[in-house]
Amino acid sequence: MQRFLNKHPTRAVFVLLAIASLAWLIFSVWPEWLIDLIGRKKTFVNTLINGLTLGGLYFLVASGFTLIFGLMRNVNLAHGTMYLLGAYIGYEVAEFSNNWYLGLIAAFIAVGLCGMLMQLLVFRRMEGDDLRQTLVTIAISIIAADLMLAVWTGTTYQFTPPEWLFGSVTLPIVSAIKSSGEVVYLKYPLFRLMVMLLAILVGVVLWLFLNKSRIGMMIRAGVNDRDMLSASGVNIQLIFMLVFAIGAGLAGLAGVVGGTALSIAPGEDIRYLLASLVVVIVGGLGSITGAAIGAVIIGLAEQFGLAYLPTYGVVITFLIMVMVLAIRPKGIMGK
Amino acid sequence: MMKGQHSIFGHFFTNDSPSLWIVAAVLLIYPAISSDFFTFQIGAYSLILGTISLSLMMLAGYGGMVSLAQLTVAGLAGYLMAIFGENSVGVMGFGWPWWITSIWAILLAALFSAFIGTISVRTEGIYTIMITLAIAVAFYFFVRQNYVLFNGWTGYAGIEPPTILGIYWRNPIPFYYLSLVVAAFCYWAVVYCSRSTFGLALQAIRDNPRRMQSLGYNIVLHRVIAYFLSGFIAATAGVLLVWFNGRISPGSVSVGVIIDILVIAVLGGLRHPIGPFIGAIVFVLLENFAIDLIDRERFNTVIGLVFLLIVLYSPDGLLGLWKKLWTRLIDSRKIRPNEIGNELRTKSADSIETS
Repeated sequence: MQRFLNKHPTRAVFVLLAIASLAWLIFSVWPEWLIDLIGRKKTFVNTLINGLTLGGLYFLVASGFTLIFGLMRNVNLAHGTMYLLGAYIGYEVAEFSNNWYLGLIAAFIAVGLCGMLMQLLVFRRMEGDDLRQTLVTIAISIIAADLMLAVWTGTTYQFTPPEWLFGSVTLPIVSAIKSSGEVVYLKYPLFRLMVMLLAILVGVVLWLFLNKSRIGMMIRAGVNDRDMLSASGVNIQLIFMLVFAIGAGLAGLAGVVGGTALSIAPGEDIRYLLASLVVVIVGGLGSITGAAIGAVIIGLAEQFGLAYLPTYGVVITFLIMVMVLAIRPKGIMGK
Repeated sequence: MMKGQHSIFGHFFTNDSPSLWIVAAVLLIYPAISSDFFTFQIGAYSLILGTISLSLMMLAGYGGMVSLAQLTVAGLAGYLMAIFGENSVGVMGFGWPWWITSIWAILLAALFSAFIGTISVRTEGIYTIMITLAIAVAFYFFVRQNYVLFNGWTGYAGIEPPTILGIYWRNPIPFYYLSLVVAAFCYWAVVYCSRSTFGLALQAIRDNPRRMQSLGYNIVLHRVIAYFLSGFIAATAGVLLVWFNGRISPGSVSVGVIIDILVIAVLGGLRHPIGPFIGAIVFVLLENFAIDLIDRERFNTVIGLVFLLIVLYSPDGLLGLWKKLWTRLIDSRKIRPNEIGNELRTKSADSIETS
């Protein structure tokens, strides 16, 4: 902190100014001219929180994607499929047992197992041939999407979250002051806030796992030099399977979370695949921190695009991607 | 050079010209011996899909860049036809004459392809797939939610080919010949391009970009031009495709169709320009007749399984299978086709390096 201040005083001032003005935008009561300029405060703050929530969800999906790529150099284009599969399995289990948590756990385990199977049956057979691996994941996602459509049809499903997460909370943010002088506070669905918290939790756990545990150390070593790691007596195939299980499991978990915060339907697999792709392109492939940064940027861009530029929303996401690629071809945190 | 010519056709056709002429003759008399359905829905459609996949094959096979945005380029050309030409929806539709519209649409779409190239050439291999897929999916979501330019979910309908010389070009037989001429021209152009200095340099860049760079070749420029040329082919086929369907909507540029193009190219084989056309014929036949064997709804499972089997067991597609069979059959004293190919490749690389 001190070093940053000393090193880049102007940058630090800009950062502080940006934080201050954002805080002012969130907590103050907006004057008339600002409302005339960019619309009601409620829209802005809601969009902001929506964007952060969506970013959290994207992080849950993309962290698994980037983890798998980082270690195995394999772009798993069936990742969106795993998200959708997790959502459906979680839904069935949650409906059957009437327990949302069980659904969450079942999705994580079931999709994790699918990931292990894929690694065991497919990827191990074509190591180092990343183009073929990518094509195989495309083939798997075509078949899986079609079979899922056959089983669960085109209906839209939605989870019922546990009792205490249901409903909305009042945030300590003033949205407007009525003419009678009554202060109106902003309300927001509790579950969506929990998505953000869960994403932060998963991020922290992943970071601790990768940086502080022995297996995490092996994974990081594998990212840097796979051959050397296996030469020093580590069973690298086991590590691969573990990483694949965690990465896929996270996608399944995100499926349940996303299905509760939003909904699940055929086609969502493509949406979350695109999200993961753009998030890791922007954030940098193979980096968990990059995935977090990318997820927040893309989540915010998407929500602000939807709210303020309805017909050109996607273009903002696209422009961000192009800009990042032009300045840093390997993404913000890419090496 | 004689050897080179031999190998380019000998790759697939056993003994140069005879088989080439036979195929050409069959293609020419095909409408006479088949019904309207087979001429239009199978013949012309295969030729169009084959041409779009050909543009992917050119990029992937010669440039080593697997771009999933080729269908997007074709789709953009189709949309531009609707926007600048005539459509029956009542949105946009400037009503330009067909020949200006098509030239303009093809040119703009090819430029768009070059733009995609500029974005993605800075990265390599897997990254190219990811970025082009991201661009293609973003384009799909964009046309779906944009009503001002692309008329959103509904898209455009009533895009008709012109009536020239008293012939209505959407009738099966004229349309088949139109597609055949375009496909044959594109095929010839790709074969010609692969033997030109540009094509040889592109293939050398695919094999060893660093060496080519140190030899003074501008690899970024070569790749972007390859994107432009392949975009040109894809856009031309895109114009035909929109005439074929008469309409275009976000569904025409959705991920399913994007993957179909990749499936076709990989199915046929990415090593030779004839591959995509073989893949397209197999694909269209499966699409039309697999429903007799299984439920219509489950077509994607069938094509997915075929794709999976090909990727797992014959990475060079049906062409690769054919070549394997062929090398087993021919006399072992003869030089095998793939060896000639390698010889040509090293030879051409040498001649570039020494020149």
